[in-house]
Amino acid sequence: MQHYLDHAATTPLRPEAREAWLDASAIVGNASSTHGAGQDARRLLEESRERSAAVLGCDPIEVVFTSGGTESINLALQGLWQARPAGTDAIVMPDAEHHATMDTVEALVGAGATLRAVPVSRTGAIDLDAFSAQLAGAALATALIANNESGTLNEAATLASSAEVAQVPLHLDAVSALGHVPLSFRDLRGDAADAVGLVAMSIAGHKIGAPVGVGALVVSRTARLTALLRGGAQQRGLRAGTQDVAGAAAFAIALELAELERETESIRLSEMRDRLVEGILARVPAAEVLGDRVRRLPGNAHILFPGAVGESLLFLLDMAGIAASTGSACQAGVAEPSHVVMAMGRSEQDARSVLRFSLGRTSTDEDVDAVLASIAEAYARASGSGSAARS
Amino acid sequence: MSGGVDSAVAAARAVEAGHDVVGVHLALSRAGGTLRTGSRGCCTIEDALDARRAADLLGIPFYVWDFSERFREDVIADFVSEYQAGRTPNPCMRCNEKIKFAALLERAIELGFDAVCTGHYATLIPTDAGLELHRAADNAKDQSYVLGVLTAEQLAHTYFPLGTTPSKAVVRAEAAERGLTVAQKPDSHDICFIPDGDTRGWLAEKVGTATGEIVDRTGEIVGTHEGAHAFTVGQRRGLKLGVPAADGKPRFVLEVRPVSNTVVVGPKEALAIRELSGERFSWAGAGPVDPEFDCEVQIRAHAEPEIARAYVTSEGVRVVPEQPLNGVAPGQTAVLYVGTRVLGQFTIDRTVSAVPVDA
Repeated sequence: MQHYLDHAATTPLRPEAREAWLDASAIVGNASSTHGAGQDARRLLEESRERSAAVLGCDPIEVVFTSGGTESINLALQGLWQARPAGTDAIVMPDAEHHATMDTVEALVGAGATLRAVPVSRTGAIDLDAFSAQLAGAALATALIANNESGTLNEAATLASSAEVAQVPLHLDAVSALGHVPLSFRDLRGDAADAVGLVAMSIAGHKIGAPVGVGALVVSRTARLTALLRGGAQQRGLRAGTQDVAGAAAFAIALELAELERETESIRLSEMRDRLVEGILARVPAAEVLGDRVRRLPGNAHILFPGAVGESLLFLLDMAGIAASTGSACQAGVAEPSHVVMAMGRSEQDARSVLRFSLGRTSTDEDVDAVLASIAEAYARASGSGSAARS
Repeated sequence: MSGGVDSAVAAARAVEAGHDVVGVHLALSRAGGTLRTGSRGCCTIEDALDARRAADLLGIPFYVWDFSERFREDVIADFVSEYQAGRTPNPCMRCNEKIKFAALLERAIELGFDAVCTGHYATLIPTDAGLELHRAADNAKDQSYVLGVLTAEQLAHTYFPLGTTPSKAVVRAEAAERGLTVAQKPDSHDICFIPDGDTRGWLAEKVGTATGEIVDRTGEIVGTHEGAHAFTVGQRRGLKLGVPAADGKPRFVLEVRPVSNTVVVGPKEALAIRELSGERFSWAGAGPVDPEFDCEVQIRAHAEPEIARAYVTSEGVRVVPEQPLNGVAPGQTAVLYVGTRVLGQFTIDRTVSAVPVDA
């Protein structure tokens, strides 16, 4: 029996999204064509955009479909940077962002931007005062709503209002938050003046049961943003390229279902997660929960196993049919020591000893039981092995 | 599984033999390149991918384990400090000693495995006295030299499924037959962490350059160099001597003196060594019965074995070859063979020249 506890990496495709995709894929026609076939495709595309906008609390014109979270974040950050107000060159970025953000900002720093870093707390929460203090005169700011590793939630409304006060354009990375916390672009944006405050928000389909390969950047109508991809006037000229009608249709239904289930699922997943965490702590007394105990994603358990080699833990759990994650970026299958864990004030050694369990729509009590049945022995073995024991 | 053809076929044979096999690729460098070029380098992302695809084909689980920190400490740092000390290390041997059959084996045992299986060309023969390590059936591919550092305990947890294969061509053909995409992948030759093959340039970057003297055996200065660490005993090329030898014959590096940053050169005859010894030694399985015995000594991976007499004392191992040996450098490993069997090894600390130095 396989136990999948890595929903934060990607969560199973919803049957309804699959159906919607298959139905839409049968439609012949480029949504930009003017003939009847094109119009049929366009109709489904725009319906999907409207349904998505209704869930996201924005206007349909503000939904720019992309290939996923990474593209959305790149479009937001590079686009805002290219169109930045004259005389500005600073980017405000907290220390525990996703690599899609960090690596993009690093590239922009290489192109002349200056970085204004914002520390996170020991629980991984963005220091809101420091964030606010860094904003004055910045070209743009960016922040995660929910941390993909620690699961810690940030005060999106506070981040947005401080950007509004400072008159700085803000991008929020809502990839991990989507489907788990209430998100209304309109409410978060508030009464901010044109092109400042919250202007862009990234989301990805496969985190909520849509297919991999579809996502969106919500872009306020007044945002000043330059396109990354050129070659067509699709989607306000912000994202050239033939539009993915089937992906949009699948994304729309997944968004609706995720929002419909959000409150009940949050309760269900939180309860399961709490049982998982308490069970692990009872079986591995040395273990420590990272992230905020209360303000965190419902399905996220981010746990430090002191002295254990993370990759050995993953291996042993995998052999027991349990899929978990270190949560951090991989290159060719090697997990890097997590920059998020280190930004939370932990050592590099600790950063290699952390596992993230993430629950989702298909998670069951049996999944939790499976982890609890295996974790004590896995910890004993993984902490006795070579490299950890030596150093 | 390095991503090469040998470990892929070794894994395939282990699977076929009925073992419960898990493929592991060692990440030994954090700043690995992306793509491979020819026979150079390893640990590239492409190598990891090739290993993964081989594991996929064999239907075995596959993981990449990060031993880069251990590798940096135990192999790369050792390599640099040995050169700095005027010695000539063998990093592949160090990797076998400290990583593949130590760090990896330890972790594997902790995680519930019985053994590490590799694509090395060497043979293990069970005897009443325990396992013996022997040369591979294919002399051209034999890698028993670099495994000479393994101990009985390590050998007991090791499999070399390729050792009895008559030739590498057979392994490649088998890989092709099995549909392994790495069947025609070039062999690796150079030191894996020096991907461009320029050891001297790499060392210069690590330890810096410092102008020093090249002297002959009488102490007369015959040239200068940019760092003694770049030289190894027996080396002829790259000396760029300004003053020709009196006899007009080519000169070779006889000795490297790191403290004074001096390189000593002389004629080829002066390279001849009549005795070598070392304090750091190990036996690959049961050790010798007598403290004094006949054997063959091999001082490099691709050197010919030479007939010799070995003496084991409280101070280490001393070997007297029947004919003087050329190009013996401190730091090299002398592996002792009895027939095809690897008896053990020592790191060469001291050599005695066959020709008096004041000649």
